[in-house]
Amino acid sequence: MSSVRPAEDAALDDIELELFVRAMQRRHGYDFGQYARASLKRRVKRLAAQLDCATVTALTDRALHEAALLPRLLEGLSVPVSDLFRDPPVFRALREQVLPTLASHPRINIWQAGCAHGEEAYSLAILLEEAGLYERSQIYATDISVNALEKAREGIYPAREAQQWSRNYLAAGGRRSLADYYSARYGLIKLDRRLRRHITFAQHNLASDTVFCEAHLVLCRNVLIYFSNPLQDRCLALFRDSLVRGGFLCLGLRERLDFAPVAGDFAALDPALRLYRLAGPAAGAPA
Amino acid sequence: MNAPAATVPAAIVPAAIVVGCSTGGLDALRTLLGGLDPRLPQAVVVCSHTAAETAELLCGLLTHVAPLPVAEAAERQSVRGGVIHVAPSGYHLLVERDGRFALSVDPRVQHARPSIDVLFESAAETWGAALVGVILTGANADGAEGLRAVRRAGGVAVVQAPEDAQAAAMPLAALDLAGADHCLPLPAIAPLLNRLCLP
Repeated sequence: MSSVRPAEDAALDDIELELFVRAMQRRHGYDFGQYARASLKRRVKRLAAQLDCATVTALTDRALHEAALLPRLLEGLSVPVSDLFRDPPVFRALREQVLPTLASHPRINIWQAGCAHGEEAYSLAILLEEAGLYERSQIYATDISVNALEKAREGIYPAREAQQWSRNYLAAGGRRSLADYYSARYGLIKLDRRLRRHITFAQHNLASDTVFCEAHLVLCRNVLIYFSNPLQDRCLALFRDSLVRGGFLCLGLRERLDFAPVAGDFAALDPALRLYRLAGPAAGAPA
Repeated sequence: MNAPAATVPAAIVPAAIVVGCSTGGLDALRTLLGGLDPRLPQAVVVCSHTAAETAELLCGLLTHVAPLPVAEAAERQSVRGGVIHVAPSGYHLLVERDGRFALSVDPRVQHARPSIDVLFESAAETWGAALVGVILTGANADGAEGLRAVRRAGGVAVVQAPEDAQAAAMPLAALDLAGADHCLPLPAIAPLLNRLCLP
């Protein structure tokens, strides 16, 4: 029964993926051509299976003819969900090393790019709240997927996550109990709506959209890993151009800034935690 | 199950070896990697669930026994021959067609991230018949789909004999779904890889 799969079959996979990407671009204006191929292919195939399409070509057919399917397609191709306070040392560093500097600004703008269901945006809101900075802060949490943004606005998550998230919160230096920020019911936890008061959830496509705010901190973690080098470079340039002088950039723990063209514009604040600071054009500018 | 070696196309020299393991994997990796020939020009890529929190620690432990340099696989980095690359904790490790590593935090596959299936399937697409896939001890079924992808692409499938494995479930699942070109006790696997890879 075991048969060697002809090389043409693998090539057929590639053709189907290319046609899907082309369809998304021409029909809907979303360009996934600069996404890293291997993981994009897995996502597209998973999406096809979830939508009961026998082949990626069948999915392409629906993408072309069912305009209403677009939000569902973008949802399947966007940033996966995260955790509250994922990688606690990062949030501890934000709390201890970044917020004290941001506190010197009368207004604090934060761009959290690729917000998925809002986990990191709310984590930031809690940090700012506990630092007494939230009233003068604005968090712009963006994602390509309107469905994800809708979920993010709700702030409702499975209760099974609560235990791990509570541990994360405490490991990140949390001063209260995470349970102070949510109510639990029917196997779900719902975050306190007040946490949302300074978060703006908005659609933004890192592959095509431009600078929209002047930020003191840009947090974009585990998003660039899905992009090819040119698109990574585009995003990093976008982050640089969005940041004020001396502003902070926080990437995912396995993402790399060192080989990007913008690397020289940043100084490493904590390289292991992928925390960087935009160097100002004027050398010796106050920290 | 243990197909004759004649089914392996003699003309194809492997470009890479992918290894997957879970429960009991650290000891198995020490034995396997420790037995590799230091002259191997192939890249070796390891996906181990046992390294859940500490791929760095695993690299450190393996460095002491392996005759080849050991490094955590990094995003965008080229897969290098003669190097043992270890999947980082908490990320799926994939190989792109251009021979570079890619990472993802997509949902767990077979309850695992990194998932052996994800690594093997992308490796099979990249290297086709020039790939050897090795499934070692483990207490779950991850790797079975991946090994099937390796075989379908014409690569060589090696499975640790279940009775020899600390946890038999992973080898058994791989044999059930994918079958194997070689099913051997652990001490025999490194010598086989050396033979396959140093013609």
